Amino acid sequence: MSQNLDVDAKPSIEKEESMFVQKKMIADHFDRLANAKESGKKVVYTFVPGNLTELMLSFDTLPVLPEINALQAGMRKMSGEYIAEAERHGHSEDVCTYVKCDIGMMLKGNIGPTGQKIPDPDLLLLSYTGCFTFLKWFELLRDRYPNCPVAMLHVPYQGEGEYTPEMVKYVVEQLKREIIPKFEKVTGTSFNEGALKELLANSALAENDLVWVLEAAKNPVSPIDSYFGGVYYIGPIFTSFRGTPGAVAYYKQLRKEVEARVEAGEGPITPDGPMGEQKFRIVVEGPPNWTSFREFWKMFYDEGAVVVASTYTKVGGVYERGFRHDPEKPLETLAEYCLGCYTNLNLPDRVGMIANYVKEYNADGFLMNSVKSCNSFSSGQLVMLREVEKRTGRAGAFIETDLVDPRYFSASNVKNRLESYFQMLAQKRAAAQAEVMA
Amino acid sequence: MKCTIGIDLGSTTTKAVVLDMQENVLGRGITNSRSNYDVACDVARTEALLDARFNLFRSGIVGFQQIVGDVDAFTEALRQGFRLQQHLETLRELESTCGHLAGILFTGQELEKVKALYDGVFGAMVIEAEQLFAIDAKRRSDFFRDIAGSSYMKLVDLAAADAGLSFERLLGVYDKAILLVEAHVFKVDLTKVLGLSLRRALDSAGVAQEAHAEFFDVVHHVATVDLDLVVTVGTGYGRARLPFPKEWIRSEILCHGLGAHATFPNTRTVLDIGGQDTKAIQVDGDGIVTSFQMNDRCAAGCGRYLGYIADEMNLGLHELGPLAQTSTSTVKINSTCTVFAGAELRDRLAAGQKREDILAGLHRAIILRAMSLLARSGGIDNEFTFTGGVANNAAAVDALRKLVEENYGEITLNISPSSIYTGAHGAAIFAVREALHPTVLDRVSDKTNEAVLAGGTL
Repeated sequence: MSQNLDVDAKPSIEKEESMFVQKKMIADHFDRLANAKESGKKVVYTFVPGNLTELMLSFDTLPVLPEINALQAGMRKMSGEYIAEAERHGHSEDVCTYVKCDIGMMLKGNIGPTGQKIPDPDLLLLSYTGCFTFLKWFELLRDRYPNCPVAMLHVPYQGEGEYTPEMVKYVVEQLKREIIPKFEKVTGTSFNEGALKELLANSALAENDLVWVLEAAKNPVSPIDSYFGGVYYIGPIFTSFRGTPGAVAYYKQLRKEVEARVEAGEGPITPDGPMGEQKFRIVVEGPPNWTSFREFWKMFYDEGAVVVASTYTKVGGVYERGFRHDPEKPLETLAEYCLGCYTNLNLPDRVGMIANYVKEYNADGFLMNSVKSCNSFSSGQLVMLREVEKRTGRAGAFIETDLVDPRYFSASNVKNRLESYFQMLAQKRAAAQAEVMA
Repeated sequence: MKCTIGIDLGSTTTKAVVLDMQENVLGRGITNSRSNYDVACDVARTEALLDARFNLFRSGIVGFQQIVGDVDAFTEALRQGFRLQQHLETLRELESTCGHLAGILFTGQELEKVKALYDGVFGAMVIEAEQLFAIDAKRRSDFFRDIAGSSYMKLVDLAAADAGLSFERLLGVYDKAILLVEAHVFKVDLTKVLGLSLRRALDSAGVAQEAHAEFFDVVHHVATVDLDLVVTVGTGYGRARLPFPKEWIRSEILCHGLGAHATFPNTRTVLDIGGQDTKAIQVDGDGIVTSFQMNDRCAAGCGRYLGYIADEMNLGLHELGPLAQTSTSTVKINSTCTVFAGAELRDRLAAGQKREDILAGLHRAIILRAMSLLARSGGIDNEFTFTGGVANNAAAVDALRKLVEENYGEITLNISPSSIYTGAHGAAIFAVREALHPTVLDRVSDKTNEAVLAGGTL
């Protein structure tokens, strides 16, 4: 996710108003964090999938998202150093590199992307939604901050491809008995349902606009890149800002910009300016590589490939299926949100989602970017690839990179595979056209 | 005559294939990729065009069968003669470069000693070369770097101590010199060199003097016929280095798929094991790629691995397979890491295992990795074509045949003697298609065209 993406990172992207808005939101947030102790605000460390942002904000706490800090460090070319630091402290080469980057960053003073120190947590809130590494990660954080209370929300896995009323009830009960009391204890304030409802109503507004923006990629000329651009678009909503008036305003602005591009028949804006001819429409599964983000993106737009849909932009919430945060049932809606995260979906559901994207977004093909150090989500991706190929009749591509370990991004190999893949798509298209002509 | 060329710039070798406009193979050329892709490309193209001329020569003397007996053997003799001339000329260049470098690195009496040593060493290398290129002679390698390198090391090693010179310093001279020599593309006077080679072949075959003129007419024709390269398509690892328009550069996946289809039209699955990557490719009935997988991030178990093993065992690459085939009990080996290859080998030898059994295990390990990649790409469909340099290795083929049968049942396995050229062949077919139905030529500036077509005739 990209809440903290530094939109000024070099080489600079041609900026639109929404990017400045997001940049300001981020800067303000890190200012608040830097001054948390002075202002008496409590700091909660939590993860993106299944984040309870509205609840955190209703208690006036400040969220910190370690995986966002890690990806930020990746984009800022700091992650290699942090990972090395974690390895010096005994973490194995095979451990999730988000974890090592985060631990390494803490060991080196916990300086965030704006150069300001990130305060220690007052509460470790683990909302467990499918990634078993999160459990281990928080054990490490607990070890590092032994006096910090820990609250764990166990979200049942959607093993059968759906969640049941019992599962919702189970999560709600935990919110009532475990999570909310911990927040009350840490902040010294009582749960304020009215404040939560207000935030949830704002969330739904922003979610409507985000869905509209992502679905704009269904246009014959996609106005957005739903992966490389998409990670910026999901920033505010997946992280510390969902439910705020600022997030509502951001998505309104973003939608306006995308609407203008649709009207003008224009494509997305890349780091090298507006994208030219869109030769290939691609669906992508898996997170991007953050250490070579621009280089990776360039491999797509140089070949005229635009990503029209991606599962990664759903990792903090799958909204296109109709879910919206509902202020009328505040705790149930938080439970349903957590249960519906992409990370909590089973393999057949993930396959179905990708296959639907290929059809609904009229994609020429799809790519699996498998993450070397991710044991949770990389397993099963080859089987998924075959199944999506079978269901859609479109050929898939498979590459292997990593989240934030620069050692695992082999640019020439990735480029070689992508070029081969795009040429294969072109060859198949030419053959199909020749058949039609005949 | 109009023709096209496909060039496959691999990590280890660079291959070129010349086709006529009916997609018939006119010639093939190969060279080591060295540290300079531009030169490798130039050399491979030159070699392929030369090969085309030798093949034209062969067609030209079919009617002279009664005079020379075996037409193929006679053509081969001509080829060997030509190779010898080429080799000797490169050797002269190496001698002069070594002499020049020695003049910089040595002084006084020491320099005099080096000069005297080089007189002896290079004299012996010329004699050795004549034996190596004798008709029917077998060589460990056809690349100048390998042949000259092994002779130089052996001869200098013998002579240095007697002369009181440091072997290591003289080796350093060679290392520098070979890079300079390899960066130089030799342009030969074809009529002259082919003439010399023909005289050698005619004398060797005992052809009567009065019949010579007819042969010289053929040689003159093939040496001067205009081979007009209308389109060049590049592929392989170094393809980005080629000064071609983007449309003339194709992925090696597409080229291998099409090349395999051209050689064996019923091909549905292709396995290519090259120097640093392994590719599993599925193609349809028209040779169009439908799916592919390549090794990721790590080149364990690729052709280079065998190269390292050969070096460790002090064997030629071509000798590995036959030795492995003499194995009676295959050693189980799991690691195919190229970097660990030497350690793995020494460890096994120290444990008392036989060289041939270890080698058989290594070949099986490579093929097991390839099997995994094939499974990733969708399995093996009939017919199955094995390409790339490793397809020339009989022990690798044996292991593949066995594992394919165990896993997929009875499958037709195709291997062409020219399997190493499959990618270049596919590229050359793309070039013919481009020549017949241009998509790019109109858009390419005249300047680029000139650059692309430069060196098109030999």
